[in-house]
Amino acid sequence: MSDRRRQRRIGGRLPLVLLLPALLGLAFLLVPLIGLLAQAPWSTLPSRLFSEEVGQALRLSLVCASSATVICLLLGVPLAWLLARAEVPGRGLIRALVTVPLVLPPVVGGVALLLVLGRRGLIGQHLDTWFGISLPFTTAGVIVAEAFVAMPFLVISVEGALRAADPRYEEAAATLGAGRWLTFRRVTLPSIAPGIVAGAVLCWARALGEFGATITFAGNLPGRTTTMPLAVYLALETDPDVAVVLSVVLLAVSVVVLACLRERWISGLR
Amino acid sequence: MTLYADLKVTRGSFELDLELTVEPGEVVALLGPNGAGKTTALRAIAGLLPVTAGQIRLDDEVWDEPPRVFRSADRRPIGVVFQDYLLFNHLSAVENVAFGLRARGMEKRVARAEAAQWLDTVGLTDQARSRPRALSGGQAQRVALVRALATQPSLLLLDEPLAALDASTKLHVRAELGQHLSRYDGRTLLVTHDPLDAMVLADRLVIVENGRVVQEGGPTEIARRPRTEYVAQLVGLNLYRGVAEGTTVVLDGGGSLTIATPSSGPVYVAFPPAAVSLYPERPTGTPRNTWPMVVSGIEQHAHTVRVRLTPDPSATQDRAAPAVLLADITTAAVADLHLTPGQRLHATLKATETQTYPT
Repeated sequence: MSDRRRQRRIGGRLPLVLLLPALLGLAFLLVPLIGLLAQAPWSTLPSRLFSEEVGQALRLSLVCASSATVICLLLGVPLAWLLARAEVPGRGLIRALVTVPLVLPPVVGGVALLLVLGRRGLIGQHLDTWFGISLPFTTAGVIVAEAFVAMPFLVISVEGALRAADPRYEEAAATLGAGRWLTFRRVTLPSIAPGIVAGAVLCWARALGEFGATITFAGNLPGRTTTMPLAVYLALETDPDVAVVLSVVLLAVSVVVLACLRERWISGLR
Repeated sequence: MTLYADLKVTRGSFELDLELTVEPGEVVALLGPNGAGKTTALRAIAGLLPVTAGQIRLDDEVWDEPPRVFRSADRRPIGVVFQDYLLFNHLSAVENVAFGLRARGMEKRVARAEAAQWLDTVGLTDQARSRPRALSGGQAQRVALVRALATQPSLLLLDEPLAALDASTKLHVRAELGQHLSRYDGRTLLVTHDPLDAMVLADRLVIVENGRVVQEGGPTEIARRPRTEYVAQLVGLNLYRGVAEGTTVVLDGGGSLTIATPSSGPVYVAFPPAAVSLYPERPTGTPRNTWPMVVSGIEQHAHTVRVRLTPDPSATQDRAAPAVLLADITTAAVADLHLTPGQRLHATLKATETQTYPT
């Protein structure tokens, strides 16, 4: 009880100069979301949700985001290990480069991908002539664009987990006769599993919401490259109600992701 | 098959330079203060740290010889018990013990069965499925021990195996560990800063200070004839270095004392603090080692009181007193003498209580 009273007194002392912008900021973040929910056509929502258009975009989004996450896991976990454990020269620089896609405008990422993997691109032209593979404007292209943008989230999360893990357990495994690969699989991976899960969830959420790089690199072809965010953008012009429905779905997904990460993030921040 | 290690490791300003051999069936303790380089030596032998120079070999099987040979830890026939055990928390006790067997290619079911047998030898059958966090300190230590022994290593390395235990379990676990070590027929190297662990568990002690070996020998030898201040403190003896002429030893640190058996040349003189008696007045009896002293410290031990004495500067004395003298007396004697720091009194030592040995 005394605790609560003390808290209230501290609250009362909060200067108005800070309190007012703080509440304004909170409203600024929340009101649009509340508005979205208020404007949603709840009565027709189920039927629209299962319409061909929405279903297609939703399915494509889930497939692409999940595939991108798998790619990120396969490439990102070893990369995180390299950054955390191996003694590579210029490791700081590599780490900085890895995080570039985090701050890079996604459209720029899309342009860069187009220049390298496009039909005339540095690597793309060889892919085309040697294997007949063309990535731009395909579902595979969507996955590539999403993986490019989302991978840093996974790498950073896993690298953090690896740094926090005690490397002496790996030494103990070595003294028991385990080589580096076995040690990595049986000792390191299980100890950083929570970090990998958190990274994968973040990565998946980022891939699901990806817009800029996708539309630049993979275009907007319904059924092939039109993921949810693209469909929202497209629907706003033709059928705003569909846009709202899609947005509500994406909002729900975000809330679920946040709930999954609650343990690691919110409790960690508290 | 003797383990031979000539370890030279340089890390920053610290330099480790020591030679070790461990025979089959032998338990060698590496004893020294914190920062002496004991753990560095153990890590080098385990293959977790390459030596800067020197050689580690098991008979003629070379493990480490810069710059050409370095066998990594996983390719050395060793078992290590780490200070905080480092049991894998995501595996049960039996899976921890089976880990080394599995890593060496044993089939899962066979490895588990063998691991279960190992747990049985330390009486932990009931805890086989427990996670390490659910085990008590003593249990975790036993799991760590059989995990290291399960692969039947040629060399067992123990890094402060009892340091993580509280005093009440330590006694019991130490005795048990001693039994397991006596059954093990490979070589054992034990690293510890606890003289009791070393004395109880080891056949031979190697004492390390500042990365160098300062003394080596059996527990009895070390306990009776320490050669450095550190060792003397460990085993609780007064130790002086001096030059003997007949039954008189002139001490390097000032003062002189009388010994029982005549000797000559540079010697060590050691005697237990309990051999020193304290009197408020100069005693009239026979002891030839009588010094006026001042109490500089009083410390309660289990059943005795240790009194630290320095020479009384105001006294004119026929024999100069040693610079520092430790005396163990009973609590009753403390009361009788009304001991307080700064108090003047007389200390005597019987010559027959001293041990004299050449340096």
